[in-house]
Amino acid sequence: MIRCFILMLSMLGVAGGTAHAERLITSISSSRVLITSSYSGAELVLFGAIERDGSSISRSGTYDIVVTVKGPAGPMIIREKSRQGPIWANSDQMKYADLPGYLAILTSRAISEVTSPQLRERFQIGLMENVVARGLNPAYTPARQMVFHEALVRLKVEARLFQQLERGVVFLAPNLFRAAITLPATAPLGNYEAVATLYADGAPLATEKSDFEVVKTGFEARTAAAAFGRPFLYGLSTVLLALAFGWLANYVFRRD
Amino acid sequence: MQIYLPIAELPVSIFLILGMSAAVGFISGLFGVGGGFLMTPLLVFLGIPAAVAVATGTAQITASSTTGVLTYWRRKALDVRLGGILVAGGLMGTFLGVWFFNSMRRAGYFELVLNLSYVTLLGTVGGLMLIESLKATFMPSRPRTARPSRTDGRWWFETLPWQMKFAQSQMAISIIPLLALGVFIGFAGSVLGIGGGFIVVPALIYFFRVPTAVVVGTSLFQILFTMAAATILHAITNQSVDIVLALILIIGSVVGAQIGARAGQNIKGEHFRLLLAVLVFGVAVRFAFEIGLKPAELFSLAPMEQRP
Repeated sequence: MIRCFILMLSMLGVAGGTAHAERLITSISSSRVLITSSYSGAELVLFGAIERDGSSISRSGTYDIVVTVKGPAGPMIIREKSRQGPIWANSDQMKYADLPGYLAILTSRAISEVTSPQLRERFQIGLMENVVARGLNPAYTPARQMVFHEALVRLKVEARLFQQLERGVVFLAPNLFRAAITLPATAPLGNYEAVATLYADGAPLATEKSDFEVVKTGFEARTAAAAFGRPFLYGLSTVLLALAFGWLANYVFRRD
Repeated sequence: MQIYLPIAELPVSIFLILGMSAAVGFISGLFGVGGGFLMTPLLVFLGIPAAVAVATGTAQITASSTTGVLTYWRRKALDVRLGGILVAGGLMGTFLGVWFFNSMRRAGYFELVLNLSYVTLLGTVGGLMLIESLKATFMPSRPRTARPSRTDGRWWFETLPWQMKFAQSQMAISIIPLLALGVFIGFAGSVLGIGGGFIVVPALIYFFRVPTAVVVGTSLFQILFTMAAATILHAITNQSVDIVLALILIIGSVVGAQIGARAGQNIKGEHFRLLLAVLVFGVAVRFAFEIGLKPAELFSLAPMEQRP
């Protein structure tokens, strides 16, 4: 009962932001990840400090930090192949609304030690929690849906687009931490949000957001802009390029 | 050295792609085929999205057929009129093909369609070529099945309406079957990212009795225009043409093709056709395994595309 009361209080704290004395201050190493022709992924560092003042209650336990990084979201579809006559073809499928293209859950300890399963589900702390909350196919049995959820998480983790790292957040001093965010080269372009949340005794105390974006720059940006903005001219230039090289080859290697 | 592809949105090793396209170019120069049927699957194998591989492959074929057309043009081994009719059909086929490509992609069947088409198309053509060249290699004394000569009975479709004279090919024939052939090649080419030379050449020889001297040049002429149109249509409708990838493919294949063409001069004709048949048939078998065996990964993930 008391535990439940503390929990509610701490949630008010998250919502109100001032009910608790702890405050989080974070800073991200770069607010723009630029994609150039030599881009092969990126690493960002999020630094944070926990600020306490006189009214902070002294705590017996330690602080925990959970950093959730989400990339641009969009609807996704996962398809399962099955044998249909002599061939293997896509058959069953499951759709997901607004699934983040990139998702990293970085914690200072094992997630099960940081907070309870109820809170993890509620605040979508964890890869599976995020996936389950976005599934769109109630026609399947829960067990069947779970098959798709697990396959989705597995595929995303293999592509390093989903990451859950138990020592992803490192405390440099009792009140100072850093989290390394690794973006693979295939991470989607767009706006990212890194949310750091401070936990103590399983309850969230404070939270702080920072943003960064992944954008093409220079030649890559101009090429993509041309391909999408002026598709006819872009296609025509590609053809002219092909014709020029074909002609050049004929000229250079001419034998008769 | 890694280079980031702006449309495919992933980094690739520039030397790997160059080497691969040079190898494909070598084979295409050696056998006088476009090589699209090798290029597209190899790109997919390297992790390039299938749509980008097909759309960008059309640009590479445009370049390699340009080189060929110029060579045959100089030798006057090219029937422009016949080629023009094939192009007219080819453009219609390309429109249909790109439309089909986009709708299959939305429905999530594109990979299956790609694999099935490779199996049937390459399997049929490769199988026929294999039988033909095995006969020629191991039973050289046996007289070849006589092709209907010019004075023999004509195919039923040659006497359809809309007759047209083709001076350079020394024939007069209805344009309907020619248009149909063009439509088929344009369709298959834009869906599969292939030029279709390995279908046009035998079709022109066996069904239309076009003189061998002008067949290859005319086929390249048709491929050049259809593939150029396919590149532009892919660029407009699905934005999957990667100009950086196209450039690497073109450079690699152009150089490879020249080396291949020189190497090919020393191979005997029958062996030559047998090797090509084995190659085409081999690719078909590989695709048959791909869809016939249980895949290692049953699940695939794709963004859900909303219809505008």
